[in-house]
Amino acid sequence: MVTNHIVDARAIHKHFGTLHVLKGVDLKVDERELVFIIGPSGSGKSTLLRCLNRLEEPSSGSIVVDGIDMLDAKTDINHARRRIGMVFQSFNLYPHMTALGNVTLALRKVAGKGRAEAEALGRAALERVGLAERADHTPGQLSGGQQQRVAIARSIALEPRVMLFDEPTSALDPELVGSVLEVMRGLRESGMTMIVVSHEMGFARNAADRVVFMDDGLIVEQGPPAAIFENPTQERTRAFIGQIQRH
Amino acid sequence: MSGWDKFVETFFNAKVMVKYLPDILSGVVVTIELALLIVVTGLGAGLALALLRSLAIRPLNWLIVFTVDLFRSLPPLVIIVLMYFGLPYAGPAPSGFVSTWLSLAFVLMAFSEEIFWAGITSIPKGQWEAARSTGLSFGQTLFNVVLPQAFRLTIPPLTNRTIAITKGTALGTVVAVTEILGQASSAMSNSYNPSPLMMGAAAYVVLFLPVVVAARWIETRFAWKR
Repeated sequence: MVTNHIVDARAIHKHFGTLHVLKGVDLKVDERELVFIIGPSGSGKSTLLRCLNRLEEPSSGSIVVDGIDMLDAKTDINHARRRIGMVFQSFNLYPHMTALGNVTLALRKVAGKGRAEAEALGRAALERVGLAERADHTPGQLSGGQQQRVAIARSIALEPRVMLFDEPTSALDPELVGSVLEVMRGLRESGMTMIVVSHEMGFARNAADRVVFMDDGLIVEQGPPAAIFENPTQERTRAFIGQIQRH
Repeated sequence: MSGWDKFVETFFNAKVMVKYLPDILSGVVVTIELALLIVVTGLGAGLALALLRSLAIRPLNWLIVFTVDLFRSLPPLVIIVLMYFGLPYAGPAPSGFVSTWLSLAFVLMAFSEEIFWAGITSIPKGQWEAARSTGLSFGQTLFNVVLPQAFRLTIPPLTNRTIAITKGTALGTVVAVTEILGQASSAMSNSYNPSPLMMGAAAYVVLFLPVVVAARWIETRFAWKR
């Protein structure tokens, strides 16, 4: 499939039993673009994100990431996933390993690096998220914000082409959100393509190239942050923006 | 003779003890052999079944669950007796030693499969997702991320079960296995004195206490700082 976009998802449908969660979503993302996906809970935004690296199997549609047909049975999904980093709301660090162990596991097992090289790359990744001196701490000894930054390091160590963020700051205490957003801003400046599901509107306004508003399994409206936040054309978008800005 | 002296004379009779010590010791050797075989094969098979079950192949899982439930509900003695006295009618005639070993190994397999399985399923889905999203395969995730965490949770129930079932080696007496209890009870009937039984009891304590201590050590070793 020929495409100029690094992420090209077309007509994605997802059913959970009788529930129709995604009702034909198209999402194209350019290289180095930062796309924000917002919308009420249950609108399908997390499901869409999880379809992109096939943590969730779409019921139908096509997904091409960095030229790889993600839904082709012949695609080596593990190889493809290496190029797509993912950060979760609940961090999901491996509690039985140190921060460095978390970061180096896939480097060794998937990227096939030797121990020394993996550790050097792992330490460099931890350095990038400002946690070089926490390499030997286990997740239980780190704050939520630090855990999430280790999770980001775990992904970027594999040098992904795209990063997916699934509500990366929703589980954090307010005072810890900033450090994670800071790391995300740094990633953006380094040119990483990012798709972010989040309600950090301030961050969206400053950093996003495009905001996508989803509701009821469909993309209702999308555009530059200023347009979506100041002048939404759709009534549903207006209602949602109004609601979240009241707080 | 005071009551205490009579008690010691009866239960801890030195002459009887010296005479039957070699028998009890040979029983200890048999019990250790049996126990090691049961633990290695039982836990190995239990883990293998739990891993097979994690592949989520429906018909296979029904078979595993049925087998496991069967061996968990049957009394071990019944399995031993069936294998020793019943199996010969179908062809193979295992010795008492082999009957006891295989029977108890099946029981330990059944219980440990359930414990391993509970450990595997107790690991949050997010651990799988995080690992798979970095490109780790199902097997790599299972062995590097899920099992190390699951093992830690399973060690206490697993050691309890293992000790309980390994003590079942005493059931081997009914099929003429010359393990500790078998030696002790035949020595008891030959000497008309229960002292050999006390030696047998002491042997069990000497055998299993280190196992309990080792289990505790493993538990602390596998614990990670929270």
